Amino acid sequence: MDFNFTDEQQQFRDALRRYLDNEYTFDARQKIVASKEGVDAKHWTAFTELGLTALPAPEAQGGFDGGPADMLVVMQELGRALVVEPYWATAVGIEALRLVGDDHANALLERAASGEIKLAVAFHEPHARYDLFSVGTTAQEKGDGFVLSGQKSLVLHGAQADYWIVPARLAGEIALFVVARGAANVEVTEYRTIDGQRAATLTFKATPADRLGKANTGAATLERIADYATFLLCAEAVGVLDALNHATVEYTKERKQFGTPIARFQALQHRMVEMLIHAEQARSITYLAAARYTSEDADERRRAISAAKARVGQAARFVGQQAVQLHGGMGVTNEVAAAHWFKRLSIIETTLGDVDHHLARFASLPGFADTDV
Amino acid sequence: MDLNYSPADDAFRADIRAWLDANLPQALRAKVLDHKRLNRDDYASWHKLLGTRGWSVVAWPKEYGGPGWDATQRHIWDEECARIGAPGVLPFGVSMVAPVLMKYGSDAQKAHYLPRILDGTDWWCQGYSEPGSGSDLASLRTRAERQDDHYVVNGQKTWTTLGQFADMMFCLVRTDTGAKKQEGISFLLIDMKTPGITVRPIITLDEDHEVNEVFLEDVKVPLENLVGEENRGWTYAKYLLGHERTGIARVGQSKRELVFLKRLAANQKKGSVSLLADAVFSSKIAALEIEMMALEVTVQRVVASEANGRGPGPEASMLKIKGTEVQQALTELMVEAVGPQAAAFDPAYLEGEREHSLAGDDDAAPLAAYYFNFRKTSIYGGSNEIQKNIIAQMILGL
Repeated sequence: MDFNFTDEQQQFRDALRRYLDNEYTFDARQKIVASKEGVDAKHWTAFTELGLTALPAPEAQGGFDGGPADMLVVMQELGRALVVEPYWATAVGIEALRLVGDDHANALLERAASGEIKLAVAFHEPHARYDLFSVGTTAQEKGDGFVLSGQKSLVLHGAQADYWIVPARLAGEIALFVVARGAANVEVTEYRTIDGQRAATLTFKATPADRLGKANTGAATLERIADYATFLLCAEAVGVLDALNHATVEYTKERKQFGTPIARFQALQHRMVEMLIHAEQARSITYLAAARYTSEDADERRRAISAAKARVGQAARFVGQQAVQLHGGMGVTNEVAAAHWFKRLSIIETTLGDVDHHLARFASLPGFADTDV
Repeated sequence: MDLNYSPADDAFRADIRAWLDANLPQALRAKVLDHKRLNRDDYASWHKLLGTRGWSVVAWPKEYGGPGWDATQRHIWDEECARIGAPGVLPFGVSMVAPVLMKYGSDAQKAHYLPRILDGTDWWCQGYSEPGSGSDLASLRTRAERQDDHYVVNGQKTWTTLGQFADMMFCLVRTDTGAKKQEGISFLLIDMKTPGITVRPIITLDEDHEVNEVFLEDVKVPLENLVGEENRGWTYAKYLLGHERTGIARVGQSKRELVFLKRLAANQKKGSVSLLADAVFSSKIAALEIEMMALEVTVQRVVASEANGRGPGPEASMLKIKGTEVQQALTELMVEAVGPQAAAFDPAYLEGEREHSLAGDDDAAPLAAYYFNFRKTSIYGGSNEIQKNIIAQMILGL
């Protein structure tokens, strides 16, 4: 057992943290959120130069072949700095293409690894909630390719992506397609999310698309992509939890009432200890998810990912709400970073399955009913 | 980052498992797995058997007869003992007084007591808490006055776990009433057969006799039974408390009990399905199982840092809080699982005097008592609130 990060991982983290501390301050971030674009291309260039887009991509396509533990390091830092650039969406798209692994996917991978193109996976349809397989979008063969019809909502950083990876039903079966941003017959409605990110609704009306991957693999691949995306969110949340706990402890040391720092009050001290324990449990289960994501056994992967998202969700709700509570009136203003960490945690919880969803998925896996030691 | 055990650790685990399979008496194992009450001989015979291999004292250095295992191996040992259903080794001699003797005891004390702790000759109990001194232990009032070649001890200790069987008690006493409260305390070793000692049972809410009051009336204790220096006892007591190990979370036991809980739920009906398949109940079990998975990794993180030479510091407080919360939640869900069947109480069955419980459900019979008994876990060993104070000070710097 070894819970240390490698020298390389630590150097990577230090370089990223140094960049974010200097260039992605809370004020700078707030300006980006308020801007028309909602993202800032100069940071994307910097991320690319730091190797963030190459990290998850295979070596053959110019990547660094980074695994979950490497991505854990990156996502924690992005969470800490409340980054709103389209990194998660692209990293998830890279994993989707890596899993498909055919020539078409590999050609796109090379461009994504270099940072030339951005990607987004359209997981969600209106009213489907967390059911990945509730897919109403349909695909039909047309000429050499396919056309898609239907609607995907809350595609995170959908408007910033150059290519979308879109699940659709082809003769009843879920299959994956890739659609270029400039394709005909697609309507893109972009909006802000309450945590400062960007999302889009994509409406396809016989939109030209290319098939990704072989027949009968769409649903399994989609689920695995979603597990990867979920793991990255957990890692991001761990970074947020640490930052929020740190900010809360510091705030209570400075804030004075009744002639003393409020950190002296035992009711508040115990609350902050509970917040710390939540964060440590969330970190532990996210480490487990990192280790199990690549498991050969799909149920072992599902079990660890759902465990992580459920436990992180509980931590996110408790730490987020209590951090605001302990910041008092300041906590409910839009001025303090704590409020924004809280919003980010809350939206992570409603992305790709909340606590109840993942508890139910965990309990539905075959191993759950095993009663042998 | 690597969450897997090394091949050497896996081989070690296989050896331990095989030895336990071959050597843990079936009847004793059944008692543990069935949540029955253990008696003096159950603890003593198992301790004695382990002592023949030095496995009663797995955390001791080799020079005192320990097996010389590292933190990971000790963790594996704890897990395997819990998994199979071995009784725990009582901590009072092995992991409480012994480390204090090794660090602060005289050569004569070490030579006399340590081998007897290893092989189980002496049963030790703890003389710390008093009726007026629980969390505020340093306020203790039991007095020891020096007269010629001995101390005369007067006062009262309480919550003395299994003191009814004890041969020896390590005891905090006040030797200087004028000093600051932490500075007038000494650490004495008291023979329980000394005249003037009276042990009275305290019956806990599960109607079990586990803890006692110990009255000390003009008890003569030889001067050579003082550990270290007079009035330095608080330092030794703190050392003892700081010697808590990662085993405090008891994840191994909890994993075994989780399987039991699932078996219990699988045998109960909820509408047309089993309780284990019920959405509401399975969600509760799932949440608890996930908490345990996370706790297991948290423990492993602390074990790994311990194996790298960093002692378990205030992180042990976190393990105590989470570990006991999990243990208590398990007993709660066990009672919920069997519902009305939990009400039937049958002490004769729990003591092993009757083969089957009167109400007819042997799995359910011990569970309410077990639930009530486990309320102690968040109170003993430094209440969970005290643990939070420690974390607030030592980790958060508040």
